[in-house]
Amino acid sequence: MSASTLVAQLKHGLDAPICLTWEITYACNLQCIHCLSSSGRRDPRELTTEQAKEVLNELRDLQVFYVNIGGGEPMIRQDFFDILEYAEQCNIGVKFSTNGTYIDAKNAQRLAAMKYLDIQISLDGIDSTTNDVVRGEGSYAVARRAMNHLRDANFGAFKISVVVTRHNVDQLDEFKTLADSYGAQLRITRMRPSGRGIDSWKDLHPTQIQQRQIYEWLVDHGDTVLTGDSFFHLNALGPALPGLNMCGAGRVVCLIDPIGDVYACPFVIHDQFKAGSIHNQGGFTQVWRNSELFVSLRQPDSLGACMSCGNYDSCQGGCMAAKFFTGLPLDGPDPECVLGHGDELLRVADILLIPKPTMDHSRGVRLNTPQPISVR
Amino acid sequence: MSVTLDTACELDPRVSLRAEPFGALAYHHINRKLVFLRHPDVVAVVQDLSQHPTLADTLTALGVHPDRWPSFVVAVDSLYSSEFIRVR
Repeated sequence: MSASTLVAQLKHGLDAPICLTWEITYACNLQCIHCLSSSGRRDPRELTTEQAKEVLNELRDLQVFYVNIGGGEPMIRQDFFDILEYAEQCNIGVKFSTNGTYIDAKNAQRLAAMKYLDIQISLDGIDSTTNDVVRGEGSYAVARRAMNHLRDANFGAFKISVVVTRHNVDQLDEFKTLADSYGAQLRITRMRPSGRGIDSWKDLHPTQIQQRQIYEWLVDHGDTVLTGDSFFHLNALGPALPGLNMCGAGRVVCLIDPIGDVYACPFVIHDQFKAGSIHNQGGFTQVWRNSELFVSLRQPDSLGACMSCGNYDSCQGGCMAAKFFTGLPLDGPDPECVLGHGDELLRVADILLIPKPTMDHSRGVRLNTPQPISVR
Repeated sequence: MSVTLDTACELDPRVSLRAEPFGALAYHHINRKLVFLRHPDVVAVVQDLSQHPTLADTLTALGVHPDRWPSFVVAVDSLYSSEFIRVR
């Protein structure tokens, strides 16, 4: 079976996800201006420890290979290590994303003792000036301190996870050097206009010229960095970047949110992309296999306005979430279409019609004011 | 080195294997690679490697016709280079 027919098969969906994102809390000590889940305050409906273990039981039975645990800040949960250790018992690999606040020397050693565990420390600038504008005052120092603790605990190759923005795109080489200096691996992902990113996207997302810069950097370094396959919209610029080159939402991946709702992907926390809840009869399995939304996402793509372009096979029309939260039609070009087909649409998109996330757990602060965070 | 018919090998314990209609998906928990095993016979061979002294013995035990053996050597060798198979 050739690679392309295999991808065609994956587009029809699998009986179980390859991996999924599981955000275990909306609580966060930071208030990043591009937070895709608008996190901040804990939701009182958050899954209990027992319910979390039930989720893992189900994922074990489905033979899901690994979960990407996130939030919010997942380490804020008192039962964070219980959840991690239970996942390990279930033979489910865990990657978790953290801002690093709660990785002290003791926790670093505890994490280093676990197998099948990956840690992604978020960092959005190579210095505090670039990083803290987005992630909050003091957050750069906190992330670096966490990296130092992981290195000192001999954790091994953790990941440094960067959302590429207009302001850090020139720092990719330096991020790579920083990762190398820790024996870590660099992971760069695409900024989506999701959550609080709806408001900050215009100021943060890379310019058209920078899109090409990212593509060329990935052509040179793609085999040594991770991208979560998130840059396939750039493929119309030339030979395909490494990866499956397809949107996996509802086909091979999905999101379980902190209260057990199931969405097509982490970037579309909105009722329109909610497939169901793990609390429904039949649980997650039923939602994954039979929900109306997921079944529809596995149908052949509707190319819409992209039909006449001729590059659809390369870019796949881009990212569903990016279109949705910039007010563009889902069967049209991506707002960051490298051939500029999104620009004109963006100019005429009605800003009043841009959807708001259904869930917003932001704390009542002005988002563009960097917030001091406590270091413990 | 590369895998031959005489190699004693097995599925790396850090790999999870999941049956799919097209064969199987294999995921390596450490190097994070995802591999598609695109034929049920390859899946059966990979799962059975540890039960037999060599790759040739595994193929014999599973009744794979000798004409097809070279392609299985290539497949298993490729899995060896991506660390899904280890020599024992």
